[in-house]
Amino acid sequence: MATMTPVELIGKAAILQKGWLRAHKWLLIRRFSQLSILGLFLLGPVYGLWILKGNLNASLLVDVVPLTDPYILLQSVVSGHLTETTAILGALIVLALYLLIGGRMYCSWVCPINIVTDASMWLRNKLNIKSSFSLSRQARYWILAMTLLSAMVTGSLVWEAVNPVSMVNRGLVFGLGFGWMIVLMIFLLDTFVSRRAWCGHLCPVGAFYSLLGKFSLLRVNAVALERCDSCMECYAVCPEQKVITPVLKKAGRIDSVIKDINCTNCGRCIDICSTDVFRFDLRFNNMESIRLTENNSHKPFNKQPQKREVLS
Amino acid sequence: MNTPAAQQLARQSRRRFLADIARSASAVGILGLGLGLYSRQSRSLPATAIRPPGAGDEIDFQSACIRCGLCVRDCPYDTLKLAQPGENIPLGTPWFEARSIPCEMCEDIPCVTACPTGALNPELTHIDDARMGLAVLIDQENCIAFQGLRCEVCYNVCPVRGKAISLTPQHNERTGKHAFFIPVVHSEACTGCGKCEAACVVEKATIKILPIHLAQGEMGSFYRLGWEEKKKAGGSLVTKDLQHEYNLPEGQSYDYEGQGLKMDDANESSPFGNNAADALNRGFR
Repeated sequence: MATMTPVELIGKAAILQKGWLRAHKWLLIRRFSQLSILGLFLLGPVYGLWILKGNLNASLLVDVVPLTDPYILLQSVVSGHLTETTAILGALIVLALYLLIGGRMYCSWVCPINIVTDASMWLRNKLNIKSSFSLSRQARYWILAMTLLSAMVTGSLVWEAVNPVSMVNRGLVFGLGFGWMIVLMIFLLDTFVSRRAWCGHLCPVGAFYSLLGKFSLLRVNAVALERCDSCMECYAVCPEQKVITPVLKKAGRIDSVIKDINCTNCGRCIDICSTDVFRFDLRFNNMESIRLTENNSHKPFNKQPQKREVLS
Repeated sequence: MNTPAAQQLARQSRRRFLADIARSASAVGILGLGLGLYSRQSRSLPATAIRPPGAGDEIDFQSACIRCGLCVRDCPYDTLKLAQPGENIPLGTPWFEARSIPCEMCEDIPCVTACPTGALNPELTHIDDARMGLAVLIDQENCIAFQGLRCEVCYNVCPVRGKAISLTPQHNERTGKHAFFIPVVHSEACTGCGKCEAACVVEKATIKILPIHLAQGEMGSFYRLGWEEKKKAGGSLVTKDLQHEYNLPEGQSYDYEGQGLKMDDANESSPFGNNAADALNRGFR
């Protein structure tokens, strides 16, 4: 059994085993997703092709389907505005989608800031930066509560004045102004101050979307735990490390599916694993319960017909 | 497990738990207070930043607008833009600058139809009812109409022509024989579209769109305009003047049409003549 992979060798084994392309499959698809969403927003203003109009806060898909960020709509509502049906319908559509695929897929498949913080993480590993300053992973929920409370108290969408997620998306589509400053702030924070500080600890947008992941169908499943050689590379690349632990317990594992609401379904663990322990799956396909039923089926009842066969 | 040591341990962990909560709450609270302060500063817009039609009260607008930019996208004249970081306007909210690109007052008001939240009031269906701001002829010294020139550009470009801006002739005392044609803005018709400001021919516009709360004063509720009240009441509200009655000696009367005091026996010959004043002035002769 292999031991923990040193930082500088992370990802090498997977590339050797599976080839570079397969070892970056989900990362590439994810980048494609993030960039094409941005691209769809830009097709209109640049080429006059209006597939997606607006920005991540609210948009119109092919001039018909309204899409609204439920989080910003919630802020608007608690700040005292009775909103219109178009916005509500748009929010319901987005809610339904993320309830199905997992709320935090917004973070790793849509959000433009993810590219920045992933770059930070890459640089941290390259330069072997270790910062001791640690933040609570619960901080984001406090901040989420604060954004809603401040909207309620001030009657204005206060968080939107500084929200890097919408600022960067809107900036790239409508004009960035000094918005690059906040990108740099987050990059510096994540690179030098604290590991995965923004997306993994502070961002209230991610916190909000995590709450939609409670029942999502699409999940990462550690289907082949027996192949795990404890190299720990999945931990090293996972943006939300804690979510993997329960499914990689060698003894006493009860669920093979990563059900933590903060798993972003980014698929890096699937890519990085040289022995293919993980795959995308439905949340019901728990290998443990399957194994249990298989074990049971081998024991008292199903063995009897076999005996009978022998006897006959 | 009810030994004193265990109780001590439980107390300690409870204390740590509460301390952790207090710390998180305070840190986030500080952040929230900072944000609140910041948002208060951006409550009032710069005077040249005009909101799209139907935006209404600024405080309501800031809670209703979700900064999506759909109004900007549907504006056919690229009038509207979204506030960018560093522009001193609430980030991501739509605005325009009348002097650069004014509102063309589209009849179908596409920006309002595009708004998903009703931040731009969908009840605004007639663009002439829009009140984005109010035109103010802010600098009479540099408005060439006040120099006696026939300019009238603001009057002529106004989409509610003749109603929002009218021309009032005034005597030009300098030449003695010419008239000034003074543009006068009427708030009951001005939509604040900004076409007058954009078209103003001088170097820096002398007529400008200002937010209504800056442009308009208020008279005070106790003022009554007599002529308006009279119109409303359908007649004079004060009692009619009674004709003054003179108590004159016999043989004299008072003519109200202009002749004044009259002697009724003026035609009869008398030693004193027919002028009452002659009798009074007799001693001075």
